[in-house]
Amino acid sequence: MIVLLIIIPASAGLAAFFIESDRLRRILLLATASAQTALSLTTWIVSPAPALGGWLAEDALGRLIETLTSVLFLAASFYAVAYLREERRQTHSDFEEGFLFSNAREASFTACLLFFLAAMTLVAVSQQLALLWVAVEATTLASAPLIYFHRHHRSLEATWKYLLICSVGIALALLGIFFLAVAATNPDGTTIPLTVQDLRSNAHHLNVPWFRAAFVLLLVGFGTKMGLAPFHTWLPDAHSEAPSVASALLSGALLNCAFLGILRAQEISVAGGLADFSDKLLLVFGLISMGVAAAFISGQTDYKRMLAYSSVEHMGILAVGVGLGGAAVFGAVLHVINHSLTKAMLFLVAGNFLAAYRTKNSAEVSGALSVLPVSGVLWLVGLLAITGSPPFGPFLSEFTILKAALDHGQIFVAVLYLVLLAIIMAAMAAPALAMAQGTPAADVKAAPQRGLALSVVPAMLGIAVLVMGVYVPPVLTRALREAAHLLG
Amino acid sequence: MSQLINSILILLVLTGFMLLSSSRLAACIRAIAIQGVLLGILAIAVQGRQLSMAGVLLPLSSAMVKGFVLPWMLLRAMREADTVREVEPLISYNLSIIAGTAALGLSLWLGHRLQLSSQLASSLLVPAAFFTSLVGMIVIASRRKALTQVLGYLALENGVYAFGAAVALRLPILVELGILLDVFVGVFVMGIAIFHISREFNHIDADKLQALTDRL
Amino acid sequence: MLSGSILPLILAVMLAPLMQAVITRTKSVMAGRVGQPLLQPYWDLLKLLRKGAVYSNTTTWIFQMGPAVGLASVILAMALVPFGGLSAPFAFSGDFVLIAYLMGLGRFFTVLAALDTGSSFEGMGASREVTFSALAEPALFLGLAALARQTGLLSLSPVLAAISTVTWMHAAPILSLTLAGLIIVFLAENARIPVDDPTTHLELTMIHEVMVLDHSGPDFAMIQYGAALKMWLFAAIIIGVAAPWHLGNRLIDLGAALGAMLVLGIAAGIIESSMARLRLLRVPQLLLVAIVLSALALAL
Repeated sequence: MIVLLIIIPASAGLAAFFIESDRLRRILLLATASAQTALSLTTWIVSPAPALGGWLAEDALGRLIETLTSVLFLAASFYAVAYLREERRQTHSDFEEGFLFSNAREASFTACLLFFLAAMTLVAVSQQLALLWVAVEATTLASAPLIYFHRHHRSLEATWKYLLICSVGIALALLGIFFLAVAATNPDGTTIPLTVQDLRSNAHHLNVPWFRAAFVLLLVGFGTKMGLAPFHTWLPDAHSEAPSVASALLSGALLNCAFLGILRAQEISVAGGLADFSDKLLLVFGLISMGVAAAFISGQTDYKRMLAYSSVEHMGILAVGVGLGGAAVFGAVLHVINHSLTKAMLFLVAGNFLAAYRTKNSAEVSGALSVLPVSGVLWLVGLLAITGSPPFGPFLSEFTILKAALDHGQIFVAVLYLVLLAIIMAAMAAPALAMAQGTPAADVKAAPQRGLALSVVPAMLGIAVLVMGVYVPPVLTRALREAAHLLG
Repeated sequence: MSQLINSILILLVLTGFMLLSSSRLAACIRAIAIQGVLLGILAIAVQGRQLSMAGVLLPLSSAMVKGFVLPWMLLRAMREADTVREVEPLISYNLSIIAGTAALGLSLWLGHRLQLSSQLASSLLVPAAFFTSLVGMIVIASRRKALTQVLGYLALENGVYAFGAAVALRLPILVELGILLDVFVGVFVMGIAIFHISREFNHIDADKLQALTDRL
Repeated sequence: MLSGSILPLILAVMLAPLMQAVITRTKSVMAGRVGQPLLQPYWDLLKLLRKGAVYSNTTTWIFQMGPAVGLASVILAMALVPFGGLSAPFAFSGDFVLIAYLMGLGRFFTVLAALDTGSSFEGMGASREVTFSALAEPALFLGLAALARQTGLLSLSPVLAAISTVTWMHAAPILSLTLAGLIIVFLAENARIPVDDPTTHLELTMIHEVMVLDHSGPDFAMIQYGAALKMWLFAAIIIGVAAPWHLGNRLIDLGAALGAMLVLGIAAGIIESSMARLRLLRVPQLLLVAIVLSALALAL
């Protein structure tokens, strides 16, 4: 069954390349997304058997991330179908510089989306670390064409940076995995297989200096892909130039998969009693990410870049949560879900704004509540959620992390965390509120009959975020607790 | 056997210097091609007496891909890009060579520090691997053209692969193939991107791709 | 202390111009010509000795001293270099440092003599020569140091005597790297292609030639002869590393060494005929590569 999870999107992607009819292709996309989600949800009821000799298996953490990815992809695919239909209809002139450009072939966009899903699923279910690496690199290669959907020089620049920075980072992660293999070599010459299970059970036999070096490299390598500062430089460019669907998936799903790589290393570290070392590193990089995000969000004029830096901030929060240990890990895993849902919604709403206002500059957008009522409301909801206000989901998770920090006596970390969150809230609230309220400019007409999905999908995500803030279903809580247990 | 491995490693280091000091793009591509072939031979030589079918086929296919297919793709990309075929670095060649020497010193020191308890066929293996990766990073950081950045990425991957060969990693076949496939597709996608860049910008100076920046 | 034999010195003094002739002859043959007779350099030296010297009014005593000091320093350095299994007349710990600095002394006075003429032409040559020597000297030092480290001895004669085929079997990579570095230094110090063209008379391309443009008569003879000796010196060190056969029989060893010199001369001639001179900008890079090769040989 696990193999199905990967084969279905992969073969659908291959098929999408060759299907000529737009309508058929879009149906294929929706069908695959639905099938994938259905399959993921069934894994919650009946646990799937491991495949490939234990290499592909779903543990609690993997199941969570895999389901989250499928759900987000489902939402994104409905939005994408409506979006692609819109894009077909118009000529495209660039908003910032006014030149005309064309889009990539819709077939390649759809195919890459499906390959992207397959690769992300492979990351989530992969128990063998080297296979996980192959999958993460595959996600880079599958998502690069998504960024280059609008064919012009800025998106090309963003794609090039993304490709190069992520590939270099991933190469360092490969070196880390090789170091881990050396650490897993017993003095008598036999090796521990590179699966998470085996490494965790033999964690005390690992060669400590080599493991430390391996962890650093894995943190740097996968951290580049995840968007931890100071390796995050590809993130703002890629998110601002990619179409909103792609940005939503990148922020909502891909960053989590990269984080999974680091989490696997953390699992082993905790099992081997080396948590002090890895926790410290995670805390440092987490706080640096939050700081960098705070610095660059202040005075940010491009609202999509603002959302991108917010992703950097939340990745920092995740790292801080895992680095604190104990109850904070529960908060961090919960935050993975909350952040993904909220950020995806925000990006989709931003896409609607872009289509209506034809500008990426937040100063030029105003009166969204009157021009795009649903999207305007969702924008405000998203703003409140992403900056950590109750009664939304992110508040709960961020608060759990904060409480755990105080419980553990990490006062400095807690204070810094709070201060940075406050700075980011202030910096984001001002432009975002201005965008929603006020009167729109005269030449902005209410959006013509655009697809229903363009507003319904973000709305559903918004409802989910609200629900998560008020009531976390017990099955979810159990799963989160199980996942957190793996990470100490 | 140890002499053979030592000679291969010294040639590997020399290709690293060749990459740093060549001013012609074609010479740099050739350096990477030679590296790929050398690594294949190294991977086979390190196994010593324990040769197996997979142990020979995999390095051989890797040498074919890295030594012939990828350079051919990159040469094509260079011709299609219709650019001045000089490297045009950000730091002078002399400084690059000096940086390479510093990297060599650093790698030798690191190799000495990381006492590998397992039997290594030669004490030069780990330093040579680190050196190749460091050269890759120097090239990425100090070269303007997008094509040379791809070459730097390949050198980085070669260094990591050399380290894997050094510790005689018994990675499963599927994984090895996966890694090779990733590198191949990666360079393929980058080659296509370079083609687009050259068409869009009329040059392939990654240095000039500065439209998207943030000021603090 | 006279520890070795004086034969290497005598052989050098007698045969050095012959090596130049071999190189010139090889180049001519490669170009399809018959070329000069092999004894031509000797006749040229005799001709120059018979002529009178012309001194410019702007020069001082330095100009007359330059060639003499240059020749003297090379002969002294030659007294420290072994050949064909025979130890040099003088050998002591650290003598290769003395060799390098004697060459430096000779170069210093040649440059001074060139600057003494007050002509910008010679000054240009002097500055180029000094730049390249500044890079070639570390390469030479590092190469000799690598050899010393390999054999564990500090004097040139024992070091070259200790290098045998067995050493090559154990440390082939290190010795080949050292050899490569030393060959590049050989080409640079003796103003051969690809560093400098010894037959050119174009301003833009001269380095060594232009420094000695104003010397004439016996002075010029001393300079020519000194250059030939210098080439013999470097060649002797190179074949000491590259042709390590010590068969025990003195005559055979000497014969083998002379044969190796001949081969080296022919090889140098072939290199000269088949390559073009490097752009001046690229020569420092070539020398840097030589430094790196020698440093690598030392570090391994």
